Amino acid sequence: MLSLLSVLSIITACAVGSVALSSSDLVAAMREVMHGHPSSMAATLVDLRLGRALSAFITGGTLALAGVMMQALLRNPLAEPYVLGVSGGAAVGALLALLLFTAAWTVDAAACGGALAISVLLYLLARHDLRGVSHADGSTPLLLLTGVILASGCSALVALMLSIAPENRLRGMVFWLIGDLSGSQFRWLPTLVLCGALAFGVRAARGINVMAMHADAAIALGIDIAALRRNLFLCSALLTASAVSNAGSIGFVGLIVPHACRFLLGPDHRLLLPAATLIGGAFLVLADTVARSIIAPQQLPVGVITALIGVPVFLLQLHQLRKR
Amino acid sequence: MRTVDLQLHVGGRVLVDALNWRVNPGECWCVIGRNGAGKTTLLRTLAGLRKADGGKVLLQERAIGDWPLAALARERAFLPQGRSDAFGYCVTETVLSARHPYHEDAYWESEEDLAAAQDALQAMDVAALAERDVRSLSGGERQRVAIAALLAQDTPLLLLDEPTSALDIGHQVSVMALLAGLCRDRNKSVVMVSHDLNLAHRVATHALLLMGDGRCHAGPIEDVMQPALLGACLGHPIDVVRHGDRTIYLAKD
Repeated sequence: MLSLLSVLSIITACAVGSVALSSSDLVAAMREVMHGHPSSMAATLVDLRLGRALSAFITGGTLALAGVMMQALLRNPLAEPYVLGVSGGAAVGALLALLLFTAAWTVDAAACGGALAISVLLYLLARHDLRGVSHADGSTPLLLLTGVILASGCSALVALMLSIAPENRLRGMVFWLIGDLSGSQFRWLPTLVLCGALAFGVRAARGINVMAMHADAAIALGIDIAALRRNLFLCSALLTASAVSNAGSIGFVGLIVPHACRFLLGPDHRLLLPAATLIGGAFLVLADTVARSIIAPQQLPVGVITALIGVPVFLLQLHQLRKR
Repeated sequence: MRTVDLQLHVGGRVLVDALNWRVNPGECWCVIGRNGAGKTTLLRTLAGLRKADGGKVLLQERAIGDWPLAALARERAFLPQGRSDAFGYCVTETVLSARHPYHEDAYWESEEDLAAAQDALQAMDVAALAERDVRSLSGGERQRVAIAALLAQDTPLLLLDEPTSALDIGHQVSVMALLAGLCRDRNKSVVMVSHDLNLAHRVATHALLLMGDGRCHAGPIEDVMQPALLGACLGHPIDVVRHGDRTIYLAKD
């Protein structure tokens, strides 16, 4: 059912835009794209929109999956993919590239490099927590604090670069920071990262459940906590790096979607991991469709839409939870 | 299970020095000692959650660190002292998770596991809470759910850190009786930490006294749970009163 929802969201994204397509046009255009020769105007539009929608889907799924994994790793339902500064590293890299170079690929590469550099630094500094068996309650304060400090260091660098940037570059930098899918196309690497991480997650889902429930005592149930923590860290760092290099730091998907899924389906990671991936993807596709059509032909950065939807949804959920 | 020259250090202090100790099937041990005497540290070391600072712990003549984790999880269960529930799992899910070591390959639990979980919930008198979110339970209810998970794990060796700390008096007695029954009728071994000398004396067959300075006394309760020795161990004089066929321990004024 969730897969159906995802496909529907992508089809909607293809149909809606500054030039709306009727359903018959859409079907004809889809057929042309499938055959690989988009020649009519509609088909070219669909081709463009489909690429962007797929990219949005992968990015959304990646962020949501990273969120679920980060929350399990830190045993904290309020954690999100950006809390450990991985995205901050990406932002420093991307802004530096925006400041110094012009080619689009340098931005993505620099973002990815920045994210990976911070991940390695974080891993080295917080090795102790990732090894496990340090705190009886299963918390990872060293990892969390190190991450938060690195994140604030990165945001200081971001502020510095924004303040010295020339006027004509500023707009692109701000758009990157809010998170923007315009000009993004379907790519294989993020897709592979997402599939790989999801495969690992589903395989380890039972172990993740046991760790989420019992913290360090999960060892007594046969879980290799140290290995599981390391792998979860690796996966969520890779996912975050992949998502932010694709589309900038889009907020709230990694926090809201896991929460909504937990609310709907319960905290069992065997369901949660695949469901959050699909819902996250569909959510971002729809948010991006809104972002590029609501004041068309002007385009909004999608991060604004996710935050505008995310904040009230989150508050509503929080209140309903308190009432029960 | 036995320990060979086991040493435990915490923060530079020697808590247990050269402990040679054997727990046989059918024995119910109670570990007694002051706060900070190393009871929890000992239990975590026996469970394999922390490394020994010297000597070793052998389970079926195999060092505890050499066991594959999953196989070890089918041999010993561990109840930690406190619990922190970050996520809203329901009671049944929590107890089912204790069946994890029995089917690592399957994605979902089997009917058999569900039956084991339900039996355990019934035994701990928490079957009515099966659908509740663990975060909404009271301290005592949560403790009983945790013990139910331990029962569902169904291991020959059970290590419990203060199993009755949050329970009301009725459940204290029934949990202790259940543990004693497991040792007596099903030949399991139990090692528990308890501060309640009277309950311990009623159900335990043996006691291990940690003196806090490295020395230990291990043996059957009639030998070890003597007022003078207990007084030295706990750092407060202890009196004994006979009530019918029961022995009551009192702290002297």
